[in-house]
Amino acid sequence: MSARAIRLDELTKTFAPGGDPAVDRLTLDIPGGSIVALIGPSGCGKTTTLRMINRLIEPTSGRIEIGGVDVTHQPVTELRRDIGYVIQQVGLFPHRTVSANIATVPKTLGWSAAQIRDRIAELAALVGLDTDMLDRYPDELSGGQQQRVGVARALASDPPVLLMDEPFGAVDPIVRARLQDELLTLQERLHKTIVLVTHDIDEALKLADRIALLNVGGTLEQYATPDELLSAPANAFVETFVGEDRGVKRLQLSLVSQLAFDQGPVVPLETTPERARAVMAQYRSDWLGVLDDGVFVGWVPGEGVRDSVSLSDLPRYPPAGRVTPSSTLRNAMEVIMNSNTSVAVIDDDGAFGGVVTLEAIRGALGLSGVDPRTGASV
Amino acid sequence: MISSSRNPIVRWDYVVDQSDSILAALWQHLELTLLSVLVGLAVSAPLAALALRHRWTTSAITGFTGFLYTLPSVALFALLVPAFGLSRVSTIIPLASYTLLILVTNIIAGFRSVPESVIDAANGMGLTPARRVLSVQLPLAMPSIITGIRIATVSTVGLLTVAAIIGQGGLGRLILDGLRRTFWTPMTVGAVLSILLALALDGLILWLGRAATPWTRKASP
Repeated sequence: MSARAIRLDELTKTFAPGGDPAVDRLTLDIPGGSIVALIGPSGCGKTTTLRMINRLIEPTSGRIEIGGVDVTHQPVTELRRDIGYVIQQVGLFPHRTVSANIATVPKTLGWSAAQIRDRIAELAALVGLDTDMLDRYPDELSGGQQQRVGVARALASDPPVLLMDEPFGAVDPIVRARLQDELLTLQERLHKTIVLVTHDIDEALKLADRIALLNVGGTLEQYATPDELLSAPANAFVETFVGEDRGVKRLQLSLVSQLAFDQGPVVPLETTPERARAVMAQYRSDWLGVLDDGVFVGWVPGEGVRDSVSLSDLPRYPPAGRVTPSSTLRNAMEVIMNSNTSVAVIDDDGAFGGVVTLEAIRGALGLSGVDPRTGASV
Repeated sequence: MISSSRNPIVRWDYVVDQSDSILAALWQHLELTLLSVLVGLAVSAPLAALALRHRWTTSAITGFTGFLYTLPSVALFALLVPAFGLSRVSTIIPLASYTLLILVTNIIAGFRSVPESVIDAANGMGLTPARRVLSVQLPLAMPSIITGIRIATVSTVGLLTVAAIIGQGGLGRLILDGLRRTFWTPMTVGAVLSILLALALDGLILWLGRAATPWTRKASP
């Protein structure tokens, strides 16, 4: 099923008549096939907003459009069967087996027994559930397994939209990280439009394509990509909420492949010592990296580079660690910290892919500075 | 009033001789018990539903059923005779009334024990309210409801013997007959059979309940 965009238009919820709104004229465009995180402090109306999308809470005013269709007045049971719903406490039916739980919506929709059986097998594989779990009752499963069943149940009829309310809040950090990774893998294949409520900024940064940061009273403070939110917080509230370690968090979001290619003080083994010294001077480096047929083979100390000795005869030291184009800048930073040469070497499928320096990382984060080696501003 | 060779605890020849009327008494006892509990259930269900839907009615409903429970049984049987005669109706009304407190309380407790998250998930998946109640909430409330039915049934078996004073009461009539005549056999047979009936019904409902709620027997990991 094709991805459907969701549009919230001036959506407002006031619980007590005449009281303060829980969500206040919220307008939000959620692109089809993307993950949008709703985040904010307690009382910011993030869960209320989510529950208005499948109308478990009826909006006081405003409109909700899904795939261009106004669903504000559609019969709720119909609407909800097209929207997967995953909650923190999972809410599995304890009196039904895992299979029967997953089959809930397909059964309501009148699928045949064979269709349902095939779909259950497909979903079990998709969410990583052992088939011998299928005949058990939910109480016999661990928290992580229950959450997988919850996701499988929500995806059962292949709804274009998935709503997730703190889906990984009740499991331990290790399981949470794994389930988050699995959700991203799942999303690469499924392209659902996912709205996720979380109170964990790191979860939002990791999972979401866009983040809507709400403040108490349901007002939108900023709606932006994770990188924008970190690099250009709209105001002091956003800045405080995302935390003082914004720079470090951004490192986690950017990949080595996003940096411009940097050859670094690295030369082929055949290079003359004279030329090698010129390269080291250019990069103001005490070390020289050497390549053998395009493969990085090690660092040689700069003071050893003399006219009488060939580069290939010098003692070589292996790099402290390697990064790949798909490593995060944070991984690269880690390697740089552990390296005598203050440089991380990129290993692009065996071939030398350039180097990463602290300056390059600073540059990528848009932090102003002057490259100490080249004197150029970055 | 002690047993002697002429009036032992049980005279088996009498039991054999009277087996038809003893079985009839047992059958009547079973019938009246089940009818009373069924009437009790039929009345409790809407009362409990009302209490669950409108919380403010809960104290009035449990107060009323609690009041019914305090009424002395003999008095209640007697009061109904002028209106309904020495009939089944006069027997079933008090007995059903006594079951209300336990049944209403247990139905309410059962439904309230269903986790909020389960109801939320059911609504979120687009189950209609009727389907949610019947296929999710009712099954999950079942263990508590079944416990209520067991207690109500066992106490009804006991109370029913008292209804012998208005000419009903199944096995109670055997007991009353024995006491009046200082003839131990019918009294013993009536007493023992009513105890056995209570135990049998209790076990039967327990077993049916377990069979109907297989998930409760699975141990947590």
